[in-house]
Formats: sequence, C-alpha cells, structure tokens
Amino acid sequence: MKHVISIHVANTFGAFDRVATMFSAKGFNIHSISIGETEIREVSRMTIVTSGDDQLIDQIVKQLHRLIDTIKVVDLTDHEHVERELALIAVNYQKGQLEEIKNISDIFRGFIVDINNKTVTLEITGPPAKINAAVNVLAPFGIKEMARSGTVALKRGEQLAAQKKEVA
Amino acid sequence: MKAAQRMLTGAEIFFECLREEKVEYIFGYPGGATLKIYEKLHDVDFLEHILCRHEQGATHMAEGYAKTTGKAGVVLVTSGPGATNTVTGIADAYMDSVPLVVFTGQVPTALIGNDAFQEADIVGITRPITKHNFLVRDVRELAETIKKAFYIATTGRPGPVVVDLPKDMLNSSCLYSYPDQVNIPGYKPRYSGHVNQIKKAASVLADAKRPLLYVGGGVIMSHATEELRALARAFNFPVTMTLQGLGAFPGIDRQSLGMLGMHGTYWANQAVNHCDVLVAIGARFDDRVTGKISAFAPDAYKIHVDIDPTAIDKNVVVDIPIVGDARKVIPALHKAIKKARDMSAWWARIEEWRRACPLSYEKNDGKLRSEYVIERLSEATKGNAIVVSDVGQHQMWVAQYYKFNHPRSHLSSGGLGTMGFSVPASIGAAFAVKDRPILSINGDGGFQMNIQELITAVAYKLPIVFVIINNSFLGMVRQWQELFYDEKYSFTDLSDSNPDFVQAARAFGMPAYATDDPVRVDALIEKGLSRGEGPVLLEFKVVKEDMVFPMVPAGAAISDMIVKRLNPERMM
Repeated sequence: MKHVISIHVANTFGAFDRVATMFSAKGFNIHSISIGETEIREVSRMTIVTSGDDQLIDQIVKQLHRLIDTIKVVDLTDHEHVERELALIAVNYQKGQLEEIKNISDIFRGFIVDINNKTVTLEITGPPAKINAAVNVLAPFGIKEMARSGTVALKRGEQLAAQKKEVA
Repeated sequence: MKAAQRMLTGAEIFFECLREEKVEYIFGYPGGATLKIYEKLHDVDFLEHILCRHEQGATHMAEGYAKTTGKAGVVLVTSGPGATNTVTGIADAYMDSVPLVVFTGQVPTALIGNDAFQEADIVGITRPITKHNFLVRDVRELAETIKKAFYIATTGRPGPVVVDLPKDMLNSSCLYSYPDQVNIPGYKPRYSGHVNQIKKAASVLADAKRPLLYVGGGVIMSHATEELRALARAFNFPVTMTLQGLGAFPGIDRQSLGMLGMHGTYWANQAVNHCDVLVAIGARFDDRVTGKISAFAPDAYKIHVDIDPTAIDKNVVVDIPIVGDARKVIPALHKAIKKARDMSAWWARIEEWRRACPLSYEKNDGKLRSEYVIERLSEATKGNAIVVSDVGQHQMWVAQYYKFNHPRSHLSSGGLGTMGFSVPASIGAAFAVKDRPILSINGDGGFQMNIQELITAVAYKLPIVFVIINNSFLGMVRQWQELFYDEKYSFTDLSDSNPDFVQAARAFGMPAYATDDPVRVDALIEKGLSRGEGPVLLEFKVVKEDMVFPMVPAGAAISDMIVKRLNPERMM
C-alpha cells in the first residue's frame, strides 16, 4: 500500500542525503521525494511517497526517526491530509490541435505557461491521480518532456494547529 | 561559573575538547591534513597517542578499547587514504554498536570538491556506516561538534561517529568555550521502558512453563549484567547468549546454555525451539541466530527489550516490544514478577538435551585439535582473560569452548565478520586492561590481515598472548565448500603459501613458539602467560580439516541442525 510520509529535518549539511542514503541502503522504495522550506528557518520538510506492508512501513518510519537530523516523522496515510503535486508537461501539437489541448488543460484547471511553434507547455496541479489522468489524455499528442515535483502534503484542519505548536 | 573564553586555534580546541571528554588514548597515524594537530600533540601530556601501522588497525584498536571499557574509542587519521583506510573498522563498529569517535583530516575547505591531493569525501563514504557524521565548516562550531560526536557515539544504541576536519579549521582561531550540554532536537534516546509493557511482560513470564532468556551484546553495553544475573537466578530461568552476549552470564554456571544459533549448542537451540516464552534482551534476531525465521521459536510468546526501536519487529515480529535500556528494564521486570512457576520439568528437558548431544571432538588419536587448545586456554586462565577472537572457525570454537566469567571479556567481530580484527583489537584492549591476561586468538588467514600491528604491540611492550590456530586453511570457507559447494576447495588451501609465523613474529621482535603436539600445549600456554612484559606468539598447528559442529546451515530451521560430520572416514 502507498504511504505518504512527512519528515521534518534539521537544515544541516547533508541531511537530505542521509535520508536518501538510508532508503537505498535498506532497500526501501521511493516513489517520489520532495524537499523544501517550512515556516521554521532551521527546519525543512521532506515528503516521501513509499509503499510496503505494515511491518515495512513501521520499519521505514522507525529508521527515519533513528537518523539524528530528523526531528519529526508522520505517516500522513494515518491522518486526514491534503496531497498536491505540480507537473510541467510539454506537449507536441500540429496545426489545429491547439484548441483541443487548451480545452483539456482547462478541464484539468491547468495553465499554458509556454508555447512555441511545435510544443505547448502546460502547468497542472493537483493530487497525483489527477496528474496521471491528464498525462494519459495528453499522451496521444506526444509528450515531449515532463517534470513532476513529487507529492507535497499537509495534515488537514485542527491537527495542523496542534502539529505547529509541537514543532515550534 | 564558566571559565573566561579564550582565543584558540582549531588544533588547540581539538585537544581542549578531548581533555573535557577525559580521553586517555588516541589511536592514530599522522599525515598532511592533520599536521597542525600533531604539532600541538607534541606538547600534550594528558593523553597518549598510540601510533598504529595502518589506519584500519587504529579503528580496531579503538574498538578493543571501547568494548573493554564502555567508553568511546578515539581515532585520528589524515585525509584521503588515511580516512578511507578506516572504513572497514567503522563499518565493523557500526554493526556491533561500538562507540567510536573517528577524526579524519580533510583538505582545506576551499579545495573540497577539487580532486585535491589526498582528498576523499569521507563524510559521503561513511554516511551509511556511521551513527552520524559531521564536516566542520566553521571553526566556531568545532567544540560543539566534538561534544555532539561523543554524546551521540556513547548514548542510546552506541555507534561510530566521524568528524571530518578540513585543514584550515585547525589553523584558524576563535573564542573557545566547551558547551555544558548539547541540544539535538531529533535525538532523544529512551531509557526507561514503558511501564504497562513491562507489567504485561512480567505477567507472561510469571506464568511461563518454559521460559528462555536470549541475551545479546546490548546487556553488556548497558552494564546490565548484574541485573540480568539477579533476574535469571531469582526465578531459575535458563539463559542463552549470542556471540556478542557471551560473558553477560557466567559460562560455567548451570543456568547458562551457552551460545545459540548457527554454531550454538544443541541444547540452547532445542530450548529455543521448545520454549513457550522467549525474552530477547539487547539482541537483534540476527540471521546467524534465527536461521529460518518462520521456524525460530515457533511456539513462543516473544518479548523484546532493546534501546533501538528499529531493532524491534525488524526480523521477527514480537508480542511485547519494550523500548528501553536493559539496565533500567531488567530490574523493573524483575520487580514486577512476584513469583514464577517451578522450572524443574523444563530444566529436566534441557539437561536431557545437554546430555544427548554435548560439545565434543576427537581426543584419542594423538592429534592436535583447535577445540583442545581453546579448552586449555580457558582452563589456564580460569575464564578470566580478555579473549579477542578473529573471524572464522576458531572464533566459533572460542565461543563454544572458552567459558567466560565476565562481561566485556569476549571481543569479536560479530556483525561484519571482519578478518584481521583480533590483532589490533587486542592491542586496544591491552591499553584498557592491565591486570588480566589478554589473548588474541587467530586463524592463520586472518592473522595475516593486520599482521603489521604486531610491531605496535612490541613497541608499547604490551603483554598480549597472540595465538594462531593454524590449520593451513581458510577453514570456515573450506567447511562450507565441503558441505555446500561440492568439495571444490577453491583458494582456501594455504598449506604451501603461509609464511613461517614463528620467524615472522621474531622479526617483529617477540618470542614465538610452535607445536603440533597436544602434550606440549600446556607448556606453551604457560610460557605465553608467564611472560611479564611484551607480547609473545604461540602457534598451534592443528589438524587441517576439522569442522565446527553443531551447525545450522544458513537459512535452515534450527531444528535441522547438523551435529557431526556425515562421513567421518574422510577426515585426515
């Protein structure tokens, strides 16, 4: 089963590498990984999407805790949460296809962010499943290039307030 | 009141920090990147620097010191090859949870990444084999980093920590003060076990008909052997130990079943098979212990005490996990057990297994056997020596036949299985322990892997008895070739390619004696043990093709134990 794990790591030299090294050293899967700033200057948040049975996920969470630079590890799969991913998709187009591509982009609430005489680049945001759907619909046109950010996620509502207090 | 801050160079700060940490010995080797430290070392009198002959030797020496004292072993090496030579020792310490602080020199910060002379990314290289590591990038962070390194290495589940020191950090200066404490938000080891979990475990143990304590190195590391002995004796519980756990409970005691696992005793493994409650303490259900996981203690209710949460449910899913320090959890558990059942029926079965299949070897053909040598060493030292084994057949024979009375007395590379461990580790132990015999027991293969450190033992006049159990084979590999690889003895026969060990030892400057006669064994041991100052080498030329039994083949159930050679007529 897929799990979304959110990790607060100290903003130290090599902290990201430690997490990635641990995953490869232990043979754990990473479907996606993203890292960025948080509301606290010394802390970054990593969001890792991984999969496995309960014993494996339990072991992954414990191994993450064990790293000295990790401050907090939450398996968001156990909580109500919001997941988002951003994709930039450069699609080939022929004469007369642009309207159709723009329609598809609108249906997925995307934006056209770049265009030249051969390709049009769309920005699509949403849960990973929505992006997969958009990719499937766009594939027949020919996807020239694609970049996906990987999942970022946060707990929903009241739990978020409690979490913030703990971290601060 | 804090002492007034002083302006010091990085090299001076380095020694001030080591003074604060009460470091007695540094095991090291100088080089370009650490010259500033060695310049300062010239005037330092509160610690001693031990010059190894290869940096791997330094790390094993530090392990030997750390395993016998429980304190952090300290290593100092230069950048590049100096640093990469420590990798095996660091990996060894990581697998066996040995507290080390390894200082590596590094090229100046401005040159990092430029493929500078003697540059290696040791922080990157050691990331998966250290508990934590640091690159010091500002001399103002040096003191706090060293404090953190010692704190992390020695607390919780101990392990090695690397501190990489770029050359310019040692030359530049800043105001120095040593922090009183460190704050690491992501590192808070839990020492006391969960009260309700302990209560649950106690009630299960109180009701157990066939309980078994399965004890690992964690009990020794946490200084919990007295507490363990008290618990086992109070309720007459049988105790079996892992390789690293040997010494936690006295080997001669009736309640000791000896070692379990691949080369464990028949009765210990039978007890594991038939127990109804298994209590693992400071042990990690390693594959050499469990064999086939699904057949390991199949009927037992499993309780697991460990300070490292990742050790729990990693290999074997347990019924009651207790995360905590053995030294806190064992007494709490003891107190919570009001009364246990009568163990006499359980002990009767164990004694039956003990009689049915004792440890044995051929004694009547006049040939010299490894087991006999170990037995005589055990007898001569009354189980009170520090025994540092290497890796291979002799290591298992030491585990089976040496009867350890004390904790921190059996030093062995368990997790990584590092050949070449014994010679340098015994040197580290000899600096730590001055009032007990130090035996370094080696095979003829492993002895050659760090043979250069013999000169270190000679130079510091360390009273180590180096023992070689010479069967002219890489014996354990040979054993597997015979049993599982169609008797293809590929590159394990050293009959024509071993050096003359006696001559070699003499060249290093120590007396050396050899024999292949059982009758002379005691006389040689006496010669070794009675030498007051400096090391000595004893070489025992044993039969070539003996095998370690009993044996549970890798991945097999422990009930599928091989207890003796199937076709004994093949023996030479």
